[in-house]
Amino acid sequence: MIISATRTFALGLRGVARHGLRSLLTSLGVLFGVASVIAMLAIGEGLSHDVQARIQALGSNNILVRSLKPPESSSAGAERSRLSIYGLTYDDAARMKETLPNAQVVVPVRAIYQDARFRDRRADARVVGTVPWFGETNRFELDGGRFISEIDVEARAPVCVLGARIASELFPLEDPLGKLLKLGTTSFRIVGVMKPRTVLTGDEQGTLEDLGRDVYAPLTTVRNYWGEIIVKVSSGSRDMEQVELHQLQVRVADVSRVEATANVLSEMLAATHKTRKDYEVVVPLSLLRDAEETKKDFNRVLGAIAGISLLIGGIGITNVMLATVTERTREIGIRRALGAKRRHIVAQFLVETVVLAGGGGVLGMALGWAIVEIVPKINSKLHPIPTQESYVLSFVISVVVGIVFGLYPAWRAATMDPVDALRHE
Amino acid sequence: MEPTPADREIVVELRDVTRHYVMGEEVVRALDGVSFQVERGSYWAIMGPSGSGKSTLLNVLGCLDRPTSGHYLLGGVDVSRLSDDALSEVRSRKLGFVFQSFQLIQQLSILENVEVPLFYQGVAPRVSRERAQAALEKVGLGDRVRHRPNELSGGQQQRAAVARALVNQPLVLLADEPTGNLDSKTAKEMLDLFDELHAQGRSILLVTHDPGVASRAEWILRVLDGRVHQVERGERIPAGSGAGA
Repeated sequence: MIISATRTFALGLRGVARHGLRSLLTSLGVLFGVASVIAMLAIGEGLSHDVQARIQALGSNNILVRSLKPPESSSAGAERSRLSIYGLTYDDAARMKETLPNAQVVVPVRAIYQDARFRDRRADARVVGTVPWFGETNRFELDGGRFISEIDVEARAPVCVLGARIASELFPLEDPLGKLLKLGTTSFRIVGVMKPRTVLTGDEQGTLEDLGRDVYAPLTTVRNYWGEIIVKVSSGSRDMEQVELHQLQVRVADVSRVEATANVLSEMLAATHKTRKDYEVVVPLSLLRDAEETKKDFNRVLGAIAGISLLIGGIGITNVMLATVTERTREIGIRRALGAKRRHIVAQFLVETVVLAGGGGVLGMALGWAIVEIVPKINSKLHPIPTQESYVLSFVISVVVGIVFGLYPAWRAATMDPVDALRHE
Repeated sequence: MEPTPADREIVVELRDVTRHYVMGEEVVRALDGVSFQVERGSYWAIMGPSGSGKSTLLNVLGCLDRPTSGHYLLGGVDVSRLSDDALSEVRSRKLGFVFQSFQLIQQLSILENVEVPLFYQGVAPRVSRERAQAALEKVGLGDRVRHRPNELSGGQQQRAAVARALVNQPLVLLADEPTGNLDSKTAKEMLDLFDELHAQGRSILLVTHDPGVASRAEWILRVLDGRVHQVERGERIPAGSGAGA
């Protein structure tokens, strides 16, 4: 049984080898189908991996609430100078801490744009006033020194921690730890430096935010020095904004309760910010789920494309095999006369189609692998991740295509009348 | 294998065999009640003009076609109602074919061609190779086994076909105009080979329209209009009337 199987296989292989070029051309459809499936799956997997990594960096246990400048009311548009008051308040932070049952930690953040100077060097900085557990909640890592402490907050101490980028710009050679940094007009002692870090802003485009320009200082200190009003001067007009807190992070201990807590939080904020919606709630976990959904949709589209290309490849195989069967009518007649059963003939031709399709599949896998290797060299933003399953699946599917699209020609060959077949010219 | 005149073994027996084809409205009676018996080791020629039904008769005898009615006993077994698979099995184990146009597979070597019947019997590759080699040596082609059919002369090709027909030790050797595509010299050599096989005790059924070919058989069966018209003696004296095969 095994012997006859391997010999039937050898027979089919010879049939394929008999017309090398024709066989290669026949299997091109399957080849490109399989190659594109593998390449696209790998690229899709790479993209979704990137997105997921960024979302996870926001922390799947976290809920982010950000202050959002509401749309301008039309009457205020004409004024050259105005004060807009909006956003999250210290009261909001206190309320969340007290009323949200699952909230483990609430991290208030206040961000102000200031000049940062050290000796004759200057850089644009975003001064982030926050609390000691900010770093831990956001899983930030220190490159050196320490993060701001409870005591700093209590004492409104003028200390700060530098983002990686700003640290390297202002201190290209020396160690920034212990140096005095001028933020606006105030001097801050540098107590720590962060490792480089980018996060997703949480908008729909998946924009990245570089946190390298952040300078972290105690919330109390920031509030003390700069107050609540921020003045922006642009094209002759003066915009004044009064925002107490720019961001609140709420960490929920149990991941399964994140979304429920986010709902409660939204309702709570809606009740207190009745007049206008001057905040947004971002749930990284929901973003993650959305990303998963998007990936599934992508894979479905991909599946359809793969299906169509393999269908076309399969039809090509059927077409060529029908011609081959006609061409070899005599051989079929001879084999039947000499004792071949119908199933022997079916097996012989099926092996040929399976070898054609499977061979196309293997070549397609090689081409797909090559594409996966080359793509990042052409576009450095793409990091394809080829999955083992995609290779296995492609091969299995190409073999199945060989069987399905080989059945009809094989059946035609097997059901020929041996007498007629022997007489065929 | 030592038949006595009293109970000669019958290898082929047709009992009132018919084969009808429906062509549109018309029924064509290609075989219309054919009966005869062939003893083991005898040499028969089947003759008849074209359209007489001799091709149909050969197809039925070769288990490539089934009779519409009647019975065909091959080696004592009724094969007239067998399934397609079972008929393939019979062809592979009990019959050997030699065709007018040789019918060798061009893509295979001579040796591989001879191995084909053994392949479908499931004979192990090494055994099959040895048996095919031996069969080719018997017909004088032992040094041509690696050649392709088109590299051999017509006579050599037909001898390869004979080797293929005999490699499975068939009950009956069926030949359809085996000399039809050969020149007179190689045709004579081919007929000599048949005589030799007959002398070795092979049962041979040979279809021909050439009286010269037919005359070398023991018996000549004349077919006309789908019926047995006449059975007569050939020039050869039947082996059974002497000391046995």
